[in-house]
Amino acid sequence: MHTVTVTPDEVKKIGKLAKINLQENEVNLFAKQFTETLEVVNRLNEIDTNNTEATYQVSGLSNVTRPDEINETEILPKEIALGQAKNVHNGYFVVDRLIDSDAEELI
Amino acid sequence: MKQFHELNIKEIHDGYLNKEFSCVEIINHFLKRIEKYNPKLNIYLAINKNALIEAEAVDNEISERGISRPLLGIPFAVKDNFLTKGLETTASSNILKGYLPQYESTVTKKIKEAGAIILGKTNMDSFAHGSSTETSDFGPTLNPWNIEKLPGGSSGGSAAAISAQLATVALGTETAGSIRQPASWCGVTGFKPTYGRVSRFGVIAMASSTDSPGPICKSAEDCAIVTGVIAGQDNKDATTSPLPVEKYSEGIFSKDLRGLRIGIVKEYLLPEMNEDVKNLILNASDQFKLMGASVEEVSLMDPHYSIGVYTVIQRSEVSSNLARFDGIRFGQNRDAFCEETKRRIMLGTYTLSAGYYDAFYKKAQTVRTKIINEFSELFKKYDAIIGPTSPGPAQATGISIKQPMYGEMEDILLEPSSIAGLTSIGLPCGFVDGLPIGLQITGNQFKESIVFKIADCYQRHTNFQLFPDLEKVL
Repeated sequence: MHTVTVTPDEVKKIGKLAKINLQENEVNLFAKQFTETLEVVNRLNEIDTNNTEATYQVSGLSNVTRPDEINETEILPKEIALGQAKNVHNGYFVVDRLIDSDAEELI
Repeated sequence: MKQFHELNIKEIHDGYLNKEFSCVEIINHFLKRIEKYNPKLNIYLAINKNALIEAEAVDNEISERGISRPLLGIPFAVKDNFLTKGLETTASSNILKGYLPQYESTVTKKIKEAGAIILGKTNMDSFAHGSSTETSDFGPTLNPWNIEKLPGGSSGGSAAAISAQLATVALGTETAGSIRQPASWCGVTGFKPTYGRVSRFGVIAMASSTDSPGPICKSAEDCAIVTGVIAGQDNKDATTSPLPVEKYSEGIFSKDLRGLRIGIVKEYLLPEMNEDVKNLILNASDQFKLMGASVEEVSLMDPHYSIGVYTVIQRSEVSSNLARFDGIRFGQNRDAFCEETKRRIMLGTYTLSAGYYDAFYKKAQTVRTKIINEFSELFKKYDAIIGPTSPGPAQATGISIKQPMYGEMEDILLEPSSIAGLTSIGLPCGFVDGLPIGLQITGNQFKESIVFKIADCYQRHTNFQLFPDLEKVL
């Protein structure tokens, strides 16, 4: 069974992937806790699953579709859709710049 | 005569019809109780300011047409992860503080159409990430039996609302134990429907492949009435089943359980478990025999493995579901997530990331298949299986802090049935140290009726549906 150690650098990388800003003390804490949690998860390797398929959902349904029709009663009017946003402009949501910003930095 | 807060659904309806009391009187009574006890117990986060106006309309309707809707004038507490249009919904997180939903969840829409009156929204673990309500950004709820103890979670506010009798019915959601565990810790009855039996539309998502909304009530009978209203296919949730909804509350009554085969799971009586808890489960087993059922010991995979399966599935799905909280369309930005939420999102991001997907996510999903197959084999021979809901009674406040897998460890006996999408009920079966202990009765997918029948018969033959005297506790 392989053991997994999550390092503080890996925690920083996951933080970027998940868009979560971390304090330095959180980085070290999470590294320790993730390693502990994955130790519990690693016990699953005691179970032989070589000939077992994965189950991703248990509803037993597949390819559920509905008629491709517009239901006017279920459309949110624009002012309601925008109503909970902090920053709107001319009927649009305003988002932070992503291109040519620090956030673009490769992970 | 019973006080208003002690009445079940049928008793409230009888009182309305016989003009013993009005809906306005009932709602007023609950609002006053909430005003009196909520500051101490921290059960409700928001109160519906229109409740009395809605009650007046109910009284008018009853005088004109009688009771033609199944939940007419019934006071509800609703977990704060159901979107309720115009009523603040936060999932107990700072990131959604002040959020007023623009649309209604299918479940709350259905109870409103059935005539229910929502009293308010109840506290929970933030984003349902926990089994204590201690991860709530608005402070923990306290257990109405003993305020030094936790109510469990994540639907802790809803379970405590029933135990403290601050509502007649409560709505909760369960991903793996979040209805049954708090119901047991608070000594009330919580029902988890089959995955896909009740729509998830408008419920703030946790782990979409196991999330199941359901009721928490005084009894299995009330749970059956409410489930009959909220169950059914929904074109807004593609995982809801097209199978017809059975009339759960009709024909639920059975004077005995003759002909039913029940399995008691050997591995669920954990070696580390309190002996008194084990004995209460064995007493329940004897009670089922007395009622005419056959009870045999059965064996399943060591439930400790389900902790790993559930942890990976849940954190992976959490990381994906909580990507939508970007602070752009609603809510604050991601810096407002609490530590537990950050931890869950990030570990899920890790288990789904390149290089680790097969080792963790796929491995967990294959063990999930094994768990499902074991249940399928058992249900060829048994109508239901029983066991404890939790290893012990309610635990002390503060215990979940600094335990990053607290919820997963606590819900060890509820995770297998959730991973498999089964239906199950948690109900009180006795007391240890003055705190209620829960029994789970689990049925195969879509066998809600059998679970209700067994639970209802048990409750008619026993007397564990008790409520604390808040004047003494507080």
